[in-house]
Amino acid sequence: MANRQVMIITGSRKGIGRFLAEHYLQNNYDVVGCSRTPSDLQLEGYQHYCLDVADEPAVKQMFLEISQKYGRVDVLINNAGVASMNHSLLTPVSTAQKLVNTNILGTFLFCREAAKLMQRQRVGRIVNFTTVATALNLEGEAIYAATKAAVESLTRVLAREFAQWNITVNAVGPTPVKTDLTRSVPQEKLDALVDRQAIRRFSEFPDIQNVIDFFLRPESDFVTGQIIYLGGI
Amino acid sequence: MEVAPPVNRQDILRLIYMTIDEINETLPEDRQLEKSVGTHLIGRGGKLDSLGLVNFIILLEQRLADEFRLAVTLADEKAVSRVNSPFRTVENLTDYVLEILEGTE
Repeated sequence: MANRQVMIITGSRKGIGRFLAEHYLQNNYDVVGCSRTPSDLQLEGYQHYCLDVADEPAVKQMFLEISQKYGRVDVLINNAGVASMNHSLLTPVSTAQKLVNTNILGTFLFCREAAKLMQRQRVGRIVNFTTVATALNLEGEAIYAATKAAVESLTRVLAREFAQWNITVNAVGPTPVKTDLTRSVPQEKLDALVDRQAIRRFSEFPDIQNVIDFFLRPESDFVTGQIIYLGGI
Repeated sequence: MEVAPPVNRQDILRLIYMTIDEINETLPEDRQLEKSVGTHLIGRGGKLDSLGLVNFIILLEQRLADEFRLAVTLADEKAVSRVNSPFRTVENLTDYVLEILEGTE
């Protein structure tokens, strides 16, 4: 289809990523998604890659193929993320490493490769995912919050580095959403977290989509390096 | 997955010269890069500043991807840790790209 923009969404097999893929496919985007395991999403304009977002050769190969097929990338949504709810004294290094790889290195790698394509067309939008757990210094989420603090820092620094090519880099920080990421978190912990918000309810997928829609608007080309938390943190 | 075709020294030099053409469009008259193996890109006598080098490397990576279906990272640890930068001259860069491609075979 003519004039469709190209969007990459990481972690698009389920949850928020899946929701966003379906949403933007219906809104004039071709979507390239990825996750570790195959997706059953079969809509026109959707293509899926099975990879680990921190696997540099696999990610570079994906971008090479995107470059050859589409010749451009307009939007990157770095949604892929893993969490671990555990006291820091009981957190294995292997868990910490997994979070660092997916949340920090994966986000960095996709930003880097997407920006290489976006700089050719001198425009682009990158949206990263952070969490209110970082702003709230949430106990029991030490490594998760730390990796997302790194994502926020990346967002601000890359916003400056990529501004010369009119690429904006922003982040959205949802409050708890009912997804696999929060499934293992005890209900009372989630309720306590929601109680710290100005607006005391869980995030819904459209709340997140709304912030991303704002970042993607052509009129938002003067908005970069910003972190928007939901719920009033 | 399609197999990347073999790439020789002349191919790489051609892509570097194409990259120079593209970079020259953004440079002022007195900082134009000459299409020669002896051209200094950075360092003493070099015409590119740090941001210019970033642009140059990105464009060259992209040309390698477009023409030869090669997904390479030119600014890797090997490159930045060397005493003599592989990005100093066109000849250094050509040697370095060849070295990387041989390493990925």
